[in-house]
Parts: sequence; structure tokens; C-alpha cells
Amino acid sequence: MNHAQLDTTGASRGSFKSYASGFALSLVLTAVAFWLVMNGTFPRAAVLFGIVAAAVVQMLVHLHYFLHLDTSSEMRWNVLAILFALLIMILFVGGSIWIMINLSYRMM
Amino acid sequence: MRTDALTIDFAHDRDVEHIDTFGNRAFGFWIYLMSDLILFSAIFATFAVLRHNYAGGPTGKELFDLPYAFGETMFLLFSSFVCGLAVLAVHHDRKGLVLLGLAVTFLLGLGFISMEINEFHSMVLAGNGPDRSGFLSAFFTLVGTHGSHVTFGLIFMAVIMAQIATKGLTEPVRSRLMRLSMFWHFLDIVWIGIFTFVYLMGVM
Repeated sequence: MNHAQLDTTGASRGSFKSYASGFALSLVLTAVAFWLVMNGTFPRAAVLFGIVAAAVVQMLVHLHYFLHLDTSSEMRWNVLAILFALLIMILFVGGSIWIMINLSYRMM
Repeated sequence: MRTDALTIDFAHDRDVEHIDTFGNRAFGFWIYLMSDLILFSAIFATFAVLRHNYAGGPTGKELFDLPYAFGETMFLLFSSFVCGLAVLAVHHDRKGLVLLGLAVTFLLGLGFISMEINEFHSMVLAGNGPDRSGFLSAFFTLVGTHGSHVTFGLIFMAVIMAQIATKGLTEPVRSRLMRLSMFWHFLDIVWIGIFTFVYLMGVM
């Protein structure tokens, strides 16, 4: 019974298939981001969009395939906690950049 | 009769409590990871603000060796994958395989941290330490905080390996191992952010 309980929490779920597909996707996404920058022939905005998109997708891949985060009822509080952390992070990073850009503009 | 019923109820409650303990610890550890994420976001925000303050010093483009950072990324990604395989071996009660998986994870993590220390060392030797510019202060704080997390993760891993070797795959040891794997995967997620926002964008 303890096994069953442990198997439904945190990082303990998953199969070889889920780890292997997470790993393969991560390899591809990292390689694509690396190649986009090393290639150097694409427009700057496109490269920027490409590497940020690859990073966001890879973070989601890690959360889903390695940390087994999904919409199941056992993971509901974990999802809620990370969404709240995300909100705080957006306030932190977005707010800091907003304030400092504004300050830099007014100091010129 | 009455006492009997009470005793049974009590035993049952304790059992339920015992089961919940490991689930609660995993969730509590998850909350810790979220607060750590917010700590990292504060350092990321600092880096975002200071990243062009070179003070006449070297820029990211001059400093960063992208294939080298790609190598570090590969070390950490492989170690995260092998850590997942070690967790799978736990489910199959393969003690030897778990220890082997953790040993490989440990060595890959050690490879990552060695590359990072080497990178920091050569930067400081060239006079580009954290005191050179605002950009480099923020760089060393961000990447160094991640590196110290990895170092503590390695200590955590060594302790768990010793516990598996001496105590075997008991329920508390399994539960600690699950938390270790959560920590290790989490550090890989933070590294994706560092690789993208510090190294890739720094070189562009």
C-alpha cells in the first residue's frame, strides 16, 4: 500500500518510455536552439523568438516527462503551486525590467 | 469491547498517517522547489537588468564559448535522464541498478560542475572576475548559485547512495531518493533558462 501511495506522488511516476521521449525531445530542442545561434544567418528577431520558444517548450517537456506534472487530481496542488510561483516570477522579472527601463529612460 | 475498537481505530489512523507522510514530504519538497524557483527568478531579474553594464569590460560575445556551454548542457541533460532511469530501477527493486544509475548520474553531475569551475577559473585568471563589471557580477551570481545547488545535489546524492548501500531500498530511503530526483530534474530546468538567457542570448 505504501508503494501505491509513493507511486502517485512527485517524481516517482513514469516509465522508460516517458523518460526516453523526454530525453529525446530535450536533445532535439537544445540542438535546435544551439544551431539557430551558431548558424548566424537568420535575422536576430527570428533567432530570439526561436530560442525562447525552444526553452519554454523544453521546460514544459521536463515538467511533464521528468517530473510527471499533469492535470490528474493527485498533481492538482503541485500544478497550483507552480502556477502561483509563475505569477510571482512574472511580477518579479517583468516588474524589475519595467522599472529599470523606465528609470534608464528618465535618467537620459 | 470499547477499548478494542479504540485500539483498532488508533492503529488504523497511524497507518493512514504513515502513508500520508511520504506524500506530504514530496509535496512539501515541491513547495521548497517553487520557492527556490522564485529565488532564481530574482537573480534572473538582476541579470536581465545588468546584462549590458560592461563598464568597458568584455561582453558576453567575447567571453562565452558556446560549444563549451553546450557540453555542460549535455552533461546535465544526460545526468537528469540517468537519474530518471535510477528511479525506474527503484520501482523494480533492483538495488544494484539503482546504485549504478546514481553513480553515473553523480559522475555526469561532477563533469558538469568541473567544467563550470574550470570556466570560472579561467575567467577570473584573465581578470574577468565578478568584480570586473555589473554584467559579470550578475553572471557569477546567477551561474554560481545554480552551480552551488548542483554541488549540494551531489552531496545529497552521495548520502542517498551510502544509505542505499547500508540500509537497502527501505521506504524512507526510497522517499528521499524521490525527493533527490525532483531536485535534480528541477536544477536541469533552471539550467535551460541559464543556457538560453545567459549563454545563447549573450553570444547573439
